[in-house]
Amino acid sequence: MSKAGHIFLSLALLLAIGSCSTNQAASDEIRVSAAASLSDSFEAMAVAFEAEHRGVEVVLNLAGSSTLREQILGGAPTDVFASANLSIMNEVADVGAVGGEIEVFAMNQLVIAVPAGNPGGIDGLEDLADDGLLVGVCATGVPCGDFAREALAKAGISAAIDTEEADVRALASKVAIGELDAAITYLTDVAGNAELEGVAIPAADNVVATYPIAVLADAPNPDGGAEFVAFVLSTAGRSILAAHGFELP
Amino acid sequence: MSSRARQRSPLVLIILGSIGVVFFVMPFIGLLGRTPWRDLASLLGEEIVLDALTLSVVTSLAATLISALLGVPLAWLLARVEFPGRTLVRGVVLTPLVLPPVVGGAALLFALGRRGLLGEPLFDATGLVLPFSTWGVILATTFVAMPFLVITVEGALRNMDRRYEGAAATLGAGRWKVFWRVTIPMISPSLLSGLLLAWARAFGEFGATITFAGNLQGRTQTLPLAVFVSLESDRDVAIAISLLMVAVSLLVLVAMRDRWWRPT
Repeated sequence: MSKAGHIFLSLALLLAIGSCSTNQAASDEIRVSAAASLSDSFEAMAVAFEAEHRGVEVVLNLAGSSTLREQILGGAPTDVFASANLSIMNEVADVGAVGGEIEVFAMNQLVIAVPAGNPGGIDGLEDLADDGLLVGVCATGVPCGDFAREALAKAGISAAIDTEEADVRALASKVAIGELDAAITYLTDVAGNAELEGVAIPAADNVVATYPIAVLADAPNPDGGAEFVAFVLSTAGRSILAAHGFELP
Repeated sequence: MSSRARQRSPLVLIILGSIGVVFFVMPFIGLLGRTPWRDLASLLGEEIVLDALTLSVVTSLAATLISALLGVPLAWLLARVEFPGRTLVRGVVLTPLVLPPVVGGAALLFALGRRGLLGEPLFDATGLVLPFSTWGVILATTFVAMPFLVITVEGALRNMDRRYEGAAATLGAGRWKVFWRVTIPMISPSLLSGLLLAWARAFGEFGATITFAGNLQGRTQTLPLAVFVSLESDRDVAIAISLLMVAVSLLVLVAMRDRWWRPT
């Protein structure tokens, strides 16, 4: 083959690779990035939504809200963002990445999650200062981590923390298998989980987490995204959230 | 381009190879483009960075040491000793090469956690808790790093010319002496490569560590964990740590290049 032929072949190959990456998002797919604490409720939400909208697939991306923010700001194709606090949603909105209205759709509270049977004998936040117990919280910057520190500060307790987990699901699962004696999670992480028990945090120390949802400005499928948001705010969506222990606005 | 150079390397290979180079260089340029150069020194001096650096150096070296201590004999067993189920044993030993580290971390938790199969009796007898401790970090990184050493050393043991060992034995050297004075020197380039690979894997380990050992500054938060956590709270610190990791890795890999290229 001539030199020109080689170059032509290489260019053709490059073009072929290039055309693969344009990856047109199908309109039958809705990409939803949701806070880890919404995992169970949004999985149920997706199933109910797909049952109403034949042929549409809801693709869930579940992680700590701050991880999701980094993905969205980094340009990950996403239609809908549901965050576990307002400030992270506002950070996304501040750079113009939110397309539609920001709507608050659920509220949550903190609880001390302990393994079933409460082997560590936890009665309240003050027990988290015990160095002999294995205690976990979410990392700083993750909503559940910031809320937990807020609650501990309100109660005036300096907890003997053994691990700062990246998201609330990872944290709750380490309590569920008994590797941690206690962790500060959301009420909804404990509700409906037979492996976990909740020790209440008094209202004076507790923090209310507010969940906002919005369609994103660069959504590959903005119409689908808007339909999904409408579903979350509908009566059907609200009843799913309530069933998973969320408070409703 | 001279015609001689063109004869040596086909143009297609040059073009595809260059695309390969760009693929690896691009992310680093992205990282350099986002680096806050003016504050870099003060960012690298932050306590979270220094704690993580110390912990990463200590745990990755400890994991390399344990890998050498157990991995070389293990490679020997796999290469030189005939026993039933050897293929299966090799498969199990090398599984961490393929397994997602998070799965490895979870498996370690089920086995060696406080409520784990082995961990529970260990805890009851000694009060020792491996998860959420620096020992847990070393254990998790060794689990993912050691297979790199085993696979490299086993290959070297299989491919080496065994006549030298035979000659040494004929001349009256005991088995242990043959191993130390003949076998080890003969496989030393591969052994070094294996050690380097194991160290590099341990230094960059993330998934098994955060799953098994958790994340706490100064105790279990290694550099990769610090990057991940800072990415959420302080991006400049995360970028500074990433740059530090790139620099350390490059330094070690470039310094070792002569060993690297030379197979046994």
